[in-house]
Amino acid sequence: MSARERIAGNVANYVDERTGAAAWMKKNLQKVFPDHWSFMLGEIALYSFIILLLSGTFLTFWFDPSMREVVYEGSYEPLNGLKMSAAYASTLDISFEVRGGLLMRQIHHWAALIFMAAIVVHLLRVYFTGAFRKPREFNWIIGIGLLTLGIVEGFLGYSLPDDLLSGTGIRIAEAIIQAIPVVGSYLAYFAFGGAFPGEVFIPRIYTVHILLLPGIFLALITVHLMLVWYQKHTQYPGPGRTEKNVVGYPLLPIYMAKAGGFFFIVFGVTALLGAVASINPIWLYGPYTPGQISAGSQPDWYMGWLDGLVRMAPPIEPVIFGYTLSLNILIPGLIIPGILFTGMALYPFIEQWITGDKREHHLLDRPRNVPNRTALGVMSLTFMLIALINGGNDIIATHFDLSINQIMWFSRIGIIVLPPIAFIVTKRICLSLQRADRELVLHGRETGRLVMMPSGEFVEVHEPISPEKAWLLTQHEQNAPLELADSDARGVRRPGLLKSKLRKRLSVAHAEQVAKPTVADLKEIEHH
Amino acid sequence: MSKEIEAIQDPGLPAHKLRQTDIDPKAADRAERQVAILFLLSALSTVLFIFSYFFISTETFIFIPLMGEQNAHQLFLGLGLAFSLLFIGLGAVHWAKTLMPDHEVIAHRHEFRSPDSDREDFIKVAKEGAAAAGLGRRSLIKRSMGLALGLVGLSPIFLLRDLGPTPGDELKKTSWKAGTRLVTDPGDRPIRPEDLEVGAVAQTLPELAPGKDHRTLNDIGKDAVLLIRLRPEEFNLDAERLSWTYQGIIAFSKICSHMGCAVALYEQQTKHLLCPCHQSTFDVTRAAKVIFGPAARPLPQLAITVDGEGYLVAQAPFNEPVGPSFWERSA
Repeated sequence: MSARERIAGNVANYVDERTGAAAWMKKNLQKVFPDHWSFMLGEIALYSFIILLLSGTFLTFWFDPSMREVVYEGSYEPLNGLKMSAAYASTLDISFEVRGGLLMRQIHHWAALIFMAAIVVHLLRVYFTGAFRKPREFNWIIGIGLLTLGIVEGFLGYSLPDDLLSGTGIRIAEAIIQAIPVVGSYLAYFAFGGAFPGEVFIPRIYTVHILLLPGIFLALITVHLMLVWYQKHTQYPGPGRTEKNVVGYPLLPIYMAKAGGFFFIVFGVTALLGAVASINPIWLYGPYTPGQISAGSQPDWYMGWLDGLVRMAPPIEPVIFGYTLSLNILIPGLIIPGILFTGMALYPFIEQWITGDKREHHLLDRPRNVPNRTALGVMSLTFMLIALINGGNDIIATHFDLSINQIMWFSRIGIIVLPPIAFIVTKRICLSLQRADRELVLHGRETGRLVMMPSGEFVEVHEPISPEKAWLLTQHEQNAPLELADSDARGVRRPGLLKSKLRKRLSVAHAEQVAKPTVADLKEIEHH
Repeated sequence: MSKEIEAIQDPGLPAHKLRQTDIDPKAADRAERQVAILFLLSALSTVLFIFSYFFISTETFIFIPLMGEQNAHQLFLGLGLAFSLLFIGLGAVHWAKTLMPDHEVIAHRHEFRSPDSDREDFIKVAKEGAAAAGLGRRSLIKRSMGLALGLVGLSPIFLLRDLGPTPGDELKKTSWKAGTRLVTDPGDRPIRPEDLEVGAVAQTLPELAPGKDHRTLNDIGKDAVLLIRLRPEEFNLDAERLSWTYQGIIAFSKICSHMGCAVALYEQQTKHLLCPCHQSTFDVTRAAKVIFGPAARPLPQLAITVDGEGYLVAQAPFNEPVGPSFWERSA
């Protein structure tokens, strides 16, 4: 036994005698993780979060979260002698006086954008493959929570420097609070310690940004990962992969090396962006003052859809019994996002209600095999995309020489008309893909080889596909819609008939599919 | 079961394929060297990082094609950090992919549902615990505890009350009074009508009250006013609103009636004011009537005239609250 092995043994012994961890470690170091590129999306989010904690801690050492007015006397000449908040001045100092400060600021901002992008794409992966199904509903809801908090955290973060652009964002946030019926102006006065912008808002959101929300993030991410660990990862269907097993590589050493290495790659790419790609150059915007603004004011991308919705809202603001109800702000700013996010959180339960399926699922769906869900996802994405496009309507208008009014009208009409079209088209595409799969299994692959028959007719030679491929294309379940009787055995109408009718219709729509080929079908083909 | 029989069968896990590095020791050695080179590149990059930190001045700029003038300190510090991290990652992944065993392992899953006996035991324990505490029998305790817990949850709401004052009628007031001079922002110079040519726009604030030497951002957030001069015949106003203008000069609150952004874009040709935040568009000739976008109200108009010395002043305070809407706005 080498000296190194002896030391390792001693350490392991020391720890185990105090914690009894050996049994747990033995089991978990061999834990199996399935391999797929799309499983790395959540990893990117996790690693970006760690990068955010590290770079953010660095920034707190120099950032002064205060709205106290100071006169800038730093090395950035154009702003010299200008009055500004200490928050803005210290952000300039981080950018120009602290060595590596600008790099860290840019890494922090890029990491935030990547964090949100990774969360969204990870969420799409989970949605379209049905990974949210039983037993993973809790993790779906935690994920929606993380997404929501991420949007808030990102907004608060880019609001901290108190530059002209971010101050405008805070102004809009204040207007949304102020628009809340009955208590709006009170809530706004409480949040801002009086009139906008006041002198307390930056220090307050600083506490929320660096302490409260990161704490909640840590707790939620911990539970999220523990559940993934405990429930074991889902896997894509394929030969040898079943609902009862998980096929992949053990944690030690493969996954540790791959995942650990991937952390460094994500960090490296983020640092590369921070090094070469300028982001949020706050010194160009100048300090915030409510009387000024820069043209083309844009939020970060994950807020863009919200801004787009607010932009396209019709100017409805009724005065009811002498009180003003700002529907032009409430509908796009609170009501629609509320409906979207609640619907998203509840989706696993809605689908369960429609299908009546209460079993556990560990094998992922191929999106085409669940046309309704896939179509609903594409429909929601279309909605969000149009909102996002409208959020950049001024930029699009100036870049492509279009009229802003035209883009706005396109968005206003498109956001109602295009999502349903997207639903129908996607569903048709899914069913066509199912049909193509069926063809592939029954008739084989097109080889591109043309053969002239004795009769002079040309035919293309088809080759049978591999058994593995055939299995992949046919392994999915095809369930019939729910059988819900409108009346009981004695012909009496059931209570809640309307609800049951809706459920039946949804269930029928959900079960629409192209029958997958069976052995009998294959045999029949052979006889031809 | 008949469907199961008809279904195409799972051929099972495909046979494991050996990699070049599994069969050829030379390939394995080569892979080892590649991993080592990647790690060494990382080490070199850290040296670049440290070098840049100490020896490249923060004032140095270099020209890089496509990127333009770049701060050399920031760039090389960043590149050093990026590559030191990136190469560690690439090395580790390359190591895992070429040299670590790549046998797929099968682990079994178990249903999460506990066995029925455990579930029954759990329910029994829970029931026994609840019974032992007497929650079911002692309803007085149950109810008083519910009351206490419910009320204690209210405390934080009270504690948060002092976050800020109540708005009172502050949202409805600005610093503008009858006779307040309009002064330039920046500069604080009073303005005569002849200072403004036709087509000109000026950003103004109320003059500082005597004894005050400072404006807060809160003041600016409500007081900012935009002056625009048109030819008087271009107005399309009723008699009252026309009397609020002076020789073709019209004054509006600069704070958007939608969400409070500064309405700063003026199109001279069309005489439209545009808010850059949400593109609400206001027609200056018709007292800032909303002609497009989400804003529901015109920008409040400030009645102006000139004082004895010929400087522009407010005739009266704003006749309505400025800025975004709120519940009590019209009450």
